[in-house]
Amino acid sequence: MAEHRLPEPDPPWVMRTYAGHSTARESNALYRGNLAKGQTGLSVAFDLPTQTGYDPDDELARGEVGKVGVSIAHKGDMHTLMDGIPLDRMNTSMTINATAAWLLALYLTVAEDNGIDHGLLAGTTQNDIIKEFLSRGTYAFPPGPSMRLIADTIAYTVDEVPKWNPINICSYHLQEAGATPTQEIAFSLAAAEAVLDEVRARVPERTFPRVFGRMSFFVNAGIRFVEEHAKLRALSRLWEEIGRERYGVEDPKFLRLRYGVQVNSLGLTEAQPENNVIRIVLEALAVTLGRDARARAIQLPAWNEALGLPRPWDQQWSLRIQQILAYETDLLEYPDVFEGSKVVEALVGELAEAARAEMTVVAEHGGAVEAVDYMKTQLVESHRARMAAIEAGERKVVGQNVFTTAEPSPLQTGEDGGIMTVDPAVEHGSVEAVRAWRSGRDQPAVDSALERLAAAARDESQNMMPPTVAAAAAGATTGEWAATLRDVFGEYRAPTGVAGAAAAPEDEALAVLRERVDRVSEALGRRIKILVGKPGLDGHSNGAEQIAVRARDAGMDVLYEGIRLTPQRIAQAAVQEGVHVVGLSILSGSHGELIPAVLSELAEAGADVPVVVGGIIPPDDERALLEAGVDRVYTSKDFEISRIMGDLVDLVADHHDVIAEAALTAPPSA
Amino acid sequence: MSAREIEPPDGASLGRRLRERRLDAAPAALNLLERRVPEADGSHTPSGADALLAEVSPSVLGGEAPAHVIGLTGPPGAGKSTLLSALVAEWRRRGRTVAVLAVDPSSKRSGGSLLGDRARITHDPADGGVLIRSTAAGGRLGGLAPPTRAAAQALAAAFEVVVVETVGVGQSETDVDDVADTVVVVVQPGSGDTLQFLKAGIMEVPDVLVVTKADLERPAMRARRDLEAALRSLGSASTPVLAVSAVPPAAGIEELADALEARRSRLDLPAVRARARRMTALAEFAAEHGERGLRAAGGRRAAERALEEATRDTDSPALAALLERRAGIVPGATAGAR
Repeated sequence: MAEHRLPEPDPPWVMRTYAGHSTARESNALYRGNLAKGQTGLSVAFDLPTQTGYDPDDELARGEVGKVGVSIAHKGDMHTLMDGIPLDRMNTSMTINATAAWLLALYLTVAEDNGIDHGLLAGTTQNDIIKEFLSRGTYAFPPGPSMRLIADTIAYTVDEVPKWNPINICSYHLQEAGATPTQEIAFSLAAAEAVLDEVRARVPERTFPRVFGRMSFFVNAGIRFVEEHAKLRALSRLWEEIGRERYGVEDPKFLRLRYGVQVNSLGLTEAQPENNVIRIVLEALAVTLGRDARARAIQLPAWNEALGLPRPWDQQWSLRIQQILAYETDLLEYPDVFEGSKVVEALVGELAEAARAEMTVVAEHGGAVEAVDYMKTQLVESHRARMAAIEAGERKVVGQNVFTTAEPSPLQTGEDGGIMTVDPAVEHGSVEAVRAWRSGRDQPAVDSALERLAAAARDESQNMMPPTVAAAAAGATTGEWAATLRDVFGEYRAPTGVAGAAAAPEDEALAVLRERVDRVSEALGRRIKILVGKPGLDGHSNGAEQIAVRARDAGMDVLYEGIRLTPQRIAQAAVQEGVHVVGLSILSGSHGELIPAVLSELAEAGADVPVVVGGIIPPDDERALLEAGVDRVYTSKDFEISRIMGDLVDLVADHHDVIAEAALTAPPSA
Repeated sequence: MSAREIEPPDGASLGRRLRERRLDAAPAALNLLERRVPEADGSHTPSGADALLAEVSPSVLGGEAPAHVIGLTGPPGAGKSTLLSALVAEWRRRGRTVAVLAVDPSSKRSGGSLLGDRARITHDPADGGVLIRSTAAGGRLGGLAPPTRAAAQALAAAFEVVVVETVGVGQSETDVDDVADTVVVVVQPGSGDTLQFLKAGIMEVPDVLVVTKADLERPAMRARRDLEAALRSLGSASTPVLAVSAVPPAAGIEELADALEARRSRLDLPAVRARARRMTALAEFAAEHGERGLRAAGGRRAAERALEEATRDTDSPALAALLERRAGIVPGATAGAR
């Protein structure tokens, strides 16, 4: 028997597409279509109100309902979403964190109603709150109670839903926030340790090895695919080390790293977007090529994610990549192809060593929960360095900063511009639907279920999962569940990480910019003050943070309040703080509703300031925003932050008519 | 497009609106007070700012502005913003209007800064009775820039509580003491800095000491006991030391608000405010004319004595002008001195 062939080819990994939008009914149709195309698992994308615990009729949900995923407000919605899908044979992954316990409870309720034993349910709830504080921003409760909620779900599922992965520790979003491979490994392992330490206190000792075995990871793979593969091998090596040494787990079955993957979206470009398909293929190789560190489940982004929401056809194209890799190539016929490779072995050693050192630093901060501030600052700094390298051309991105001469892409010439748009009427429909749901249920049953939930939340010795499941079955809504816990635990705003970011390296461009800022500031009599704001529920704050840090380096006073701001709060801050310019960032596609809302709040508050907007904004929307009174619109093709800064200074100068006077009263000193 | 900030806003009318407690005038008033442009007469404070301060001076108000001006300071991470969030909510519950001047020390070599406090102070954006304004310390590490001092005076005419929040102990504590009626120092349990500073006499005894994070019961109780012991040994046993927890379930916030009100009712307001105006004038003069100006005025001590001789209700621009005359500085002759 040849050692270089497997006796039987390996079965393919679970193939999914991250999908969901608008209503449960539309998403259900989408899922059935995807399964018919050969997809073998589901990956549910929820909208931001569902992810952060607000009902569609909440003030904070405005503009976000059904946008980046499906709106699920109660068990009726979950029934519709899973209609006709055999839950006992499905593998369902849910990208859900702060409200993971709740969405899992809805899923369990639907299975129960359909007579399916919970022991047969397979799937994953993402449930990793630390990376929400660091990167993704869909947290709902403060760190302590959030960690307890996670531990409660794990302690509950390990016996009640034993095939379920109650948590997916995410390094994925850390890379999206700028993490280096070392940071990705170190920070995600530190997060896993924080979770395990919390659960250890809440389960019997003999159960703990099974808990360790149920932990899974959700990773990222970038374009440097050799190093990315080595990263996964290093992660796997350190995971086993942690299991043996920190937790005394011995069973090899429990020690094996289990991970799913979505390859990189950060590196996908708006310029020449067809090139993204090639990037996605190469990144998929990073997580499939070596058998010893191969993904258990894969979902690939679509080629047009930097432009807007992908259409079913775009997602089908990405599914085909997986199918060709698994069914046409010979990838699954061999043992690990990198075993014995000096290069790979050395890379793995290097990464593991660096990651151990970084984990020590996190441990010195008191562990991942206490070190959120530290880790966030490190990520903002890494992302700043990455952006600066692209801007300076040191890091090459084909079609963006090199080889930019190109033919127009025929993929974008269709009537829809090559993307999907969600009908704004969806929100209205969901608002009506949730109100109808509330008026049609057994209210006293809901009230008493929520009271029991609050009582469990107040008593640390209780597990919050059973009352959560009872509330789901009684017909409570997502917003009610979260509001009950917010009442007990309080609200929370995560650190922004911007204050500690290192200053940009001193170069000539920055010096020139700073001189312009100084000159205009002198003429104004006050230093240029800018408000950087993120309206709505979108938590992807990397772009806003980079703008904030660079504006500071350029010499401006920067007001950055973090994520999840209402239009009213932004307007109030603009007026009270006396800012000269407002910059808004939205990546969730809700700019069409939220930006005009900010503009009208500003007008009402009597603020007369220029407004610029950045985000994933298709050309038609850009025109509409400019007509509505926005002064500039930036998208990911505007990667030169220095140029954006220059624009801002000019806007302020124009608005206050100060250029000429600046030259008269304060000639440049250099 | 019109030149919005270049034409000096009418300081007198802004001052009048503040006097009438029209809170919506506050942002424009602050924009004006923060401006530093070379004026025709060579000074860097816009004449509108002087007019504004004159409108809210005791002689026009018919007495001192009745607000309680509170300086809130303490080392980074002590929980100032969380405490302030809880205090603002408590004051609003009692029907008080509140202005917060958050001074951020993060100014970098570029001259720019990231102002992060606003994000940390929980407040209702629909509530017109709360104003939060973030300012950079402007090169004075931990200290107060002259406009912040003037802003505290002006806002005291319109709001019922004015808080000046600064980071650190040391220079900022001294500066805050200049402008505030009451200085509150915030300490977190387990950090001995404040205790050491007190014992060594580096820090003056604050009016109120607050130990945060009282939910960490034992360390908070110990910190409180240690501070009380230190105060006794310094002969300041009457300084209240309160333990609070600003995270739910909150504890001690009402008691703190009560203690602040009790202190406010005992204050000799005309004396405290006259001192604040003198120190503001001195800071303004020093920022404008530097060490050389101070020497020309006979040195810092002599300048302070000269200010003490002026009538108590003289406003700070007039006091600064007094120092300029004393130093023999003719308005218009020092353009460019900063």
